[in-house]
Amino acid sequence: MAKQASIEQDGTVIESLGNAMFRVELENGHIITAHISGKMRMHYIKILPGDKVKLEMSPYDLTKGRITYRYK
Amino acid sequence: MIYFKSEEEIELLRISSLLVGKTLAEVARVIGPGVKTISLDKLAEDFIRSHGAVPGFKGYNGFPYTLCISVNEQVVHGFPGERVLQEGDIVSVDCGVLLNGYYGDSAYTFPVGNIRPEVLQLMKRTKESLYLGIEMAIDGKRVGDIGFAVQNYVEEFGYGVVRDLVGHGIGKHLHEKPEIPNYGKRGTGIRLKDGMTIAIEPMINLGGKNVIQEKDGWTIRTADRMPSAHYEHSVAVRHGKADILSTFQYIENELEKRGIEII
Repeated sequence: MAKQASIEQDGTVIESLGNAMFRVELENGHIITAHISGKMRMHYIKILPGDKVKLEMSPYDLTKGRITYRYK
Repeated sequence: MIYFKSEEEIELLRISSLLVGKTLAEVARVIGPGVKTISLDKLAEDFIRSHGAVPGFKGYNGFPYTLCISVNEQVVHGFPGERVLQEGDIVSVDCGVLLNGYYGDSAYTFPVGNIRPEVLQLMKRTKESLYLGIEMAIDGKRVGDIGFAVQNYVEEFGYGVVRDLVGHGIGKHLHEKPEIPNYGKRGTGIRLKDGMTIAIEPMINLGGKNVIQEKDGWTIRTADRMPSAHYEHSVAVRHGKADILSTFQYIENELEKRGIEII
């Protein structure tokens, strides 16, 4: 059975930590800290608790992520 | 955390993987036009349980069946059901067992009746790419080498390599580290070492690489609804030459007996 790649995942923001960092709950239940991608900062995309977002992760550290998209 | 296996553990994994091969041979014995996919699932579950093993997928993250049966545009993780196989379908059957505490995992794409030549080519090349990937599963190579071997071969023909699903380590858990993508760059990723056991499974689409998850939360299908092929072997990383733990030999013997051409 093929494994779902962990590189890109969806999650829900549960808390804003300041410094453009957020605590995000992934669809699989894990809670990680994530920061906003530079491109999203450049375009002043605001993120609030409760927003559904897309995250990029690295397989090396599964406790951190980068928010790359905020769903409408 | 990557678990390295001892020689004894690798032999246990081989036993599990061979049982998967035999189970898929049972499927090969009956698969054909007019067969309901749920009946294949039933057959496989009975066969696995009669050999003292447990279906490896049933209950895994809530997956409700023994086999993943994915027809035509479905890539992987398809549910067996009331669907009746038609002439011209290609059916990926993925099976896992748990025996003596170790998992076996292998998949084969079966042709049903006469297949369009371009789809037959897709199956043939997907299978070839699997073996090219396995050639790279040796001590000292990296995960990216496996991905590159698969991707480089199939993209030459204009096929799409699925990115959202990857191969995986296998052992006491069905999915272990590392992840084995079917795409990549040479010389990147985790270094493979003696004693690692991995499942390599290229999923290759006739059309584009994008896939969509159906509303049932499991079934993955191609975004453009073009057919997709999928083969999988469990492999032990060895010094010098990769050791293939699962086998297609039982399956192909059955297909041969029934006069179905092996691609």
